[in-house]
Amino acid sequence: MTPVGLSHFLILAAILFALGLIAVITKRNAVTVLMGVELIINAANINFIAFARYLDKDLDGQVFGIFTIIIAAAGAAVALAIVLNIYQQMQSVDLDEADSLAR
Amino acid sequence: MTTFDVMFYVIAALTLFSASVMVFGRNIIYNAVGLLLAFVGVAGIYVMLGADFLAATQMLIYVGGILVLLLFGVMLSQRFSGAEMRTGTLRVWPAILVCAGIAAILVRVITSNPWNVATSAEMQPTVHNLGYLLMTDYLIPFEIVSVLLLAALVGAAFISRRREVQ
Repeated sequence: MTPVGLSHFLILAAILFALGLIAVITKRNAVTVLMGVELIINAANINFIAFARYLDKDLDGQVFGIFTIIIAAAGAAVALAIVLNIYQQMQSVDLDEADSLAR
Repeated sequence: MTTFDVMFYVIAALTLFSASVMVFGRNIIYNAVGLLLAFVGVAGIYVMLGADFLAATQMLIYVGGILVLLLFGVMLSQRFSGAEMRTGTLRVWPAILVCAGIAAILVRVITSNPWNVATSAEMQPTVHNLGYLLMTDYLIPFEIVSVLLLAALVGAAFISRRREVQ
């Protein structure tokens, strides 16, 4: 068993990414799809930090991690506003039922 | 196995288990709690990678902010009468197969690539240097992202406000 190094963290991030992708594909509730998106963003962020720790030796990767978290927060806020708006219009957050542009 | 290795496997197991609860659970509240534990586990991964400021940011913004926002979304968009708190799924097995394939390809690439890992330096506090970088090299992205946050705040408030019924 090799000691824990860069590839261990990358594999963990890859599995997290796949789990988030499963949630995005299979869930029918829009809020849980958003949760899957957040999981994918976290997986990408782990990659940034791991490369910054093991390959780069300076803090550029961590700065990118901070920007990623900020943009994820902005995206979650706007996406939830859109989901709530859809709920007010259609009385449902099921993505399969949100198939009409008419009011 | 050193203490570092044991800690990594424990935190990774916690993260992956709670992420699986989030993905495969049917109750949407359980999904949210699983996501919370996954975020905490990712913060632990950041600590193991020597990113102390990012771990604190992860706890504050994800666990304290985004997850509360998502729970508000759950509460405001569900009818609390009967079995409405469940989230349906569709095409589960094809999705699992495709995503497992993607993960297998990624793991194959990661393990077969000879990473040029430098000898790992000892971990140091990063807050001072991060603040210095944000005010010097990354000043323009920092300002742009602050404008983006303001725009997202105003946009979210505008989109989600209640329209008056005509």
